[in-house]
Amino acid sequence: MTNKPLTLAEKVWRDHLVAKGENGSPDLLYIDLHLIHEVTSPQAFDGLRMAGRPVRRPDLTIATEDHNTPTLDIDKPIADPTSRTQIETLRHNAKEFGVRIHSLGDKDQGIVHVVGPQLGLTMPGITVVCGDSHTSTHGAFGALAFGIGTSEVEHVLATQTLPLKAFKTMAVNVEGTLRPGVTAKDIILAVIAQIGTGGGQGYVLEYRGSAIRSLSMEARMTICNMSIEAGSRAGMVAPDQITFDYLKGRPHAPEGADWDAAVEYWKTLPTDEGAVFDKEIFLDADTLDPFVTWGTNPGQGVSLLDVVPNPDDIDDPNEKAAAIRALEYMDLKPGTKMKDIRVDTVFLGSCTNSRIEDLRAAADIIKGQKMADNLRMLVVPGSAKVRLQAEAEGLDKVFKDFGAEWRFAGCSMCLGMNPDQLAPGERAASTSNRNFEGRQGKGARTHLVSPVVAAATAIRGTLSAPADLEGAN
Amino acid sequence: MEKFTVHSGVGVALKRSNVDTDQIIPAVYLKRITKTGYDDALFAAWRKDPDFVLNQDAFKNGTVLVAGPDFGTGSSREHAVWALRDYGFKVVLSPKFGDIFRGNSGKQGLVAGVISEADTEKLWAAIEASPGAQIEVDLPSQTATIGDLKVPFEIDEYTKWRLLEGLDDIGLTLRDEQKITDFEAQRESWRPKTLPAKS
Ligand code: SF4
Repeated sequence: MTNKPLTLAEKVWRDHLVAKGENGSPDLLYIDLHLIHEVTSPQAFDGLRMAGRPVRRPDLTIATEDHNTPTLDIDKPIADPTSRTQIETLRHNAKEFGVRIHSLGDKDQGIVHVVGPQLGLTMPGITVVCGDSHTSTHGAFGALAFGIGTSEVEHVLATQTLPLKAFKTMAVNVEGTLRPGVTAKDIILAVIAQIGTGGGQGYVLEYRGSAIRSLSMEARMTICNMSIEAGSRAGMVAPDQITFDYLKGRPHAPEGADWDAAVEYWKTLPTDEGAVFDKEIFLDADTLDPFVTWGTNPGQGVSLLDVVPNPDDIDDPNEKAAAIRALEYMDLKPGTKMKDIRVDTVFLGSCTNSRIEDLRAAADIIKGQKMADNLRMLVVPGSAKVRLQAEAEGLDKVFKDFGAEWRFAGCSMCLGMNPDQLAPGERAASTSNRNFEGRQGKGARTHLVSPVVAAATAIRGTLSAPADLEGAN
Repeated sequence: MEKFTVHSGVGVALKRSNVDTDQIIPAVYLKRITKTGYDDALFAAWRKDPDFVLNQDAFKNGTVLVAGPDFGTGSSREHAVWALRDYGFKVVLSPKFGDIFRGNSGKQGLVAGVISEADTEKLWAAIEASPGAQIEVDLPSQTATIGDLKVPFEIDEYTKWRLLEGLDDIGLTLRDEQKITDFEAQRESWRPKTLPAKS
């Protein structure tokens, strides 16, 4: 073994190598944790069935229902036949193959990327895969976590390994201290605006620097979650005391001697002094404003204090054309102040921002306030447990008193596979991760925002920061 | 995946070029949740036409498809291969394939053999001269034979080996199963386990 300094990602890769690829063929990597949901798994299980193969490690596999689940009347049959079939198929497959499942109504049901960390299954130094591109969320723990396709799901079910081509590494250095009202969501939206939606392609991102170190685990998850929106399959944060404190005592966290051994190993994971990244970028946390999107991809964002950009000011011809199209779709005029944009709906939810800390932050702002007229607000906790926790803290009451709808857990309006959709032309401030055309409903217009911006917007009716509220100091 | 050596079956002339994956299987069929049972989806739009080749008695049990150039271009959907396979096709011969389609074929046990444009015309003529005639496809020698006509086809060595051995991606990885087992034996006990369930 040489002592070449390694990055966090390279260490995790090294420690999962089952077979090194020869002559340009991919390495074979061991997968520690395989998360499953109803949309991308049916054909994978069907493939196993056809070939007469079992699930190799049911004890490293866990399923939950999230993409299609209703957030109202969860005790009634699901109306949409495609949704119902996918859910029923997952239940059937889990039973047949001996996979643990958390179904609608179960207290551990929820969005797959909320459930894994909550159970203490996601931990530093492991490999995590799921047939969902936001699997990058779990990288917040210092895990190498990425989304895979359905044939890869089948491959992992059958072999608990995956053939993978090596990646490049990019350091995302965020130094400084965030001002009040500025959050992790604003960091990641600013990063994506800086490097573009394809800027991270082929790279594993490592978020570093003093601003990242001071973030909670929930906030780190928000950042890693959106790595894929910058084109990266995976984003990571080195584990530290904040990580260990979050994990300790969770249902599946190691205990006793295992815990001690784990922590000892986890402490060796941060990137070595002198390790070289293939690329580095920098972001100043001190001067960052709340960030929001104006267009139809997550890279089309600006400071909330700014105006809708003018496509004529964009040099790159492709980006310029995309901006013209986006403004037309979004029905926005260049030069309009972002804060003058009126929204119809506020969505607080999704695997980016539906954890207890997100709900607390939003509830804190709306407490005792009145919702803007002609607006609806949907609050969808990321998991049944988050919902229960929020109710125990009385947050549900805060939201309901404010006039918001308090729903059951799931992906909901993040992608509108269930009935939670925007109407054509409807405009939303959404804490989710994708503002693509039609993502939240046909013809729907999405502005990606942080939970606190979502809350302030719900009060004022126009895109707003907490600092804009009366009596704010 | 079954091993492939020699296959004999009814030849079908699909006298079209640029058959993309959306024509092989239209998008509406992608909503299904199975990996099999796509036989009805194959060429679904064309099969509404009673004159379409697969609607003719002589060809409806076809297993060897001879198509024009640029077969399987377009979207990467694996369903295109599933539909051909489920219908009963074991072999597709064409002067040129979409790259992803060709890759997917090898993984699912479908032979995608490249033949010259001249041989494509000759095979079409031979098939039409005796509708329902058998084509014998010999993978080891990379030839297709119908009556007196024998044409060579190209297939890359790696895919050929996989087809002869009957190895899909998973089968390929499982050749390293001992290495996986060895790796598992030295995994640390602190690593996460989903079972028994705790909450
Ligand atoms: S919340 Fe949205 S982004 Fe996250 S897993 Fe669900 S659909 Fe995907």
